[in-house]
Amino acid sequence: MNDEVLIIGGRTFSNRLFTGTGKFADNRLIAGMLASSGSQMITVALRRVDLSAGGDNILDHIPKTVTLLPNTSGARTAGEAVRIARIAREAGCGDFIKIEVITDTKYLMPDNYETLQATEILAKEGFVVLPYVLPDLPLAKRLENAGAAAVMPLGAPIGSNRGLETASLIALLVENCHVPVVVDAGIGRPSHAAAAMEMGADAVLVNTAIATAQDPVAMGRAFSLAVAAGRMAFLAHMAETSALARASSPLTGFLNAVENECHSTRP
Amino acid sequence: MRVTINGKSEQVPAGTIEQLVRQRGLKPEALVVEHNQRIVRQAQWAQVRLQEGDILELLRFVGGG
Amino acid sequence: MSFYQTIAAYEVFDFDAFFARTEGADVVRALNREKLEAIDFLTLLSPAAMAFLEPMAQKSRQLTVQHFGRTIQLFIPLYIANQCANQCAYCGFNRANAIQRRRLTLDEIEAEARAIAATGMRHLLVLTGEARETTPMEYLQATVRLLKKHFASVAIEMFPMQEAEYRRLKEAGADGLTLYQEVYDREIYRKVHLAGPKTDYRFRLDAPERGARAGFRAVNLGALIGLGEKRREVFFTGLHARYLDDRYLATEIGVSLPRFNPAEGDFQPRFPADDREFVQFLVALRLFLPRAAITVSTRERAAFRDRLIHLGATRFSAGSCTGVGGYAQPERRETPQFEISDTRGVDQVVRAIAAQGYQPVYKDWDRIA
Repeated sequence: MNDEVLIIGGRTFSNRLFTGTGKFADNRLIAGMLASSGSQMITVALRRVDLSAGGDNILDHIPKTVTLLPNTSGARTAGEAVRIARIAREAGCGDFIKIEVITDTKYLMPDNYETLQATEILAKEGFVVLPYVLPDLPLAKRLENAGAAAVMPLGAPIGSNRGLETASLIALLVENCHVPVVVDAGIGRPSHAAAAMEMGADAVLVNTAIATAQDPVAMGRAFSLAVAAGRMAFLAHMAETSALARASSPLTGFLNAVENECHSTRP
Repeated sequence: MRVTINGKSEQVPAGTIEQLVRQRGLKPEALVVEHNQRIVRQAQWAQVRLQEGDILELLRFVGGG
Repeated sequence: MSFYQTIAAYEVFDFDAFFARTEGADVVRALNREKLEAIDFLTLLSPAAMAFLEPMAQKSRQLTVQHFGRTIQLFIPLYIANQCANQCAYCGFNRANAIQRRRLTLDEIEAEARAIAATGMRHLLVLTGEARETTPMEYLQATVRLLKKHFASVAIEMFPMQEAEYRRLKEAGADGLTLYQEVYDREIYRKVHLAGPKTDYRFRLDAPERGARAGFRAVNLGALIGLGEKRREVFFTGLHARYLDDRYLATEIGVSLPRFNPAEGDFQPRFPADDREFVQFLVALRLFLPRAAITVSTRERAAFRDRLIHLGATRFSAGSCTGVGGYAQPERRETPQFEISDTRGVDQVVRAIAAQGYQPVYKDWDRIA
């Protein structure tokens, strides 16, 4: 089965599972998870240093071959997201940025409006922008026009593990977007990830479900296999389930009527 | 002199960013320093002297999804 | 990016081999898919699929009713000029044809508009030949502005233009653009377009996309069935529509199935399609483009058109005159661009549509200025 590699921001990804560094019981598990899953892109966040504690460096657990995707978590406005993105780039984290602007602390829904504004600014500054959004087709097209390198619609609220609750809306993005669609947030099980890939998503981003599993290293592998299986199923064109409609009254019977009634190329 | 570090006003001895980082026992490799809204790369830390009223943000990468 | 790249990508594709190996099972699989890819569409256009016309027709009807209801949208063409700089082997307005050339004045256009409006028609398609000196932009803008006073919708079918020119006509009140590529096969295109600006294949090919960018509400495509290898031509028509549909969400992309009809001159199409093939093309397009308007003109016979109402057609021209003017003074009709087969008047077409259990729609929208 031939698959095209996924290209985002000029980098190629043969593995379509993207992962995150949040919520691990021990950051040393991250390296093991990356090795077992083969994930080639991982998110990190930027925070103020706790001046009283030492703390370890999360970047030490991420091999140089893995693309870092800093997020703008904590930002509540486009301006804040822009600032965090610039800091992350200056810090030597590369050009990739996941825009995450959340103004709603109850459901943690991304603010699409602020996210679009931040995307417009950062794409002009040469960032590889991956905006995290509610799946909204007209917005996705605007993001595309603004120069987003991908769109990352949520499947369900962050950390909820509820799966693809927004499947039919994501399907519209998959069908109409010309940049990769990466399903982010809400994916709780490998079967959810497989379903997203079967639909034609270009990749999925999974953090909580891997990090909080009893064995994150094994779960990383499980997600990676599910993503590959889903992708393969998509490429193989699954059989449809609907049956042929049975004719109640023929619509084309008239074509068999007297020949001179019809145009015919046959003599 | 007084400067603001991560939103808190603090008394610090006169000196450079590099000296401050060392005094606080922070690991330089994981640290991002923003000085008066401008990022200062690590190579420049020794050249930037702190002034009264400066605003410093000391940031680092942490786990996040 | 342009649709040209899509066409170029099929340069090396062996259509004959594909059709030769397509079997009934492939057709059934394509027919059962919820969303058809290009390869499924081609499968439904294969000779093998002709044995599945009835199930294809059933699904086509179901999709058409689902997306359009039981309605047929009506429009009427108005030719305002027949001067033409082109020499298209198949066209009655070919510059080499010794026919009377005429351009309506704005007063004459107004008179035609009144006569047409009296039939109840509210959607108008205004047409010209390609002669920029005779029909300059100012004239076309004035025409559209004038017609807009009489009709809910004014669409244009003229020569391909630049995006800025399309924008000017859109601002004057035009809401739809119809432009047929005529033939997607580049070699045949070269052979039948002997002279004039129309020899520029690429400029014509990209014109519908420029129209979509300019903001037309509807863009309508088509290939003149008969000029090129018919299955491929319908295939590229569908792909062109899908290409635009994927990129211009704000534009309604539609297709027409103009089948070759003897025009002025003695042009013999190389690839004529019979009724059975025509129906196959219509239903395959519907299955591939469930939401696209599909236009069938008066080139088709009345009895045949009435059948197509159930098969996926959604737009009919009616009461058409394909020579310049012709409505205000029907007694002095000019040489037509092409011959029509369905010569019924608007009211007769309306009755026929209603008799099939469908609603004839004179006007389906209005712009609030």
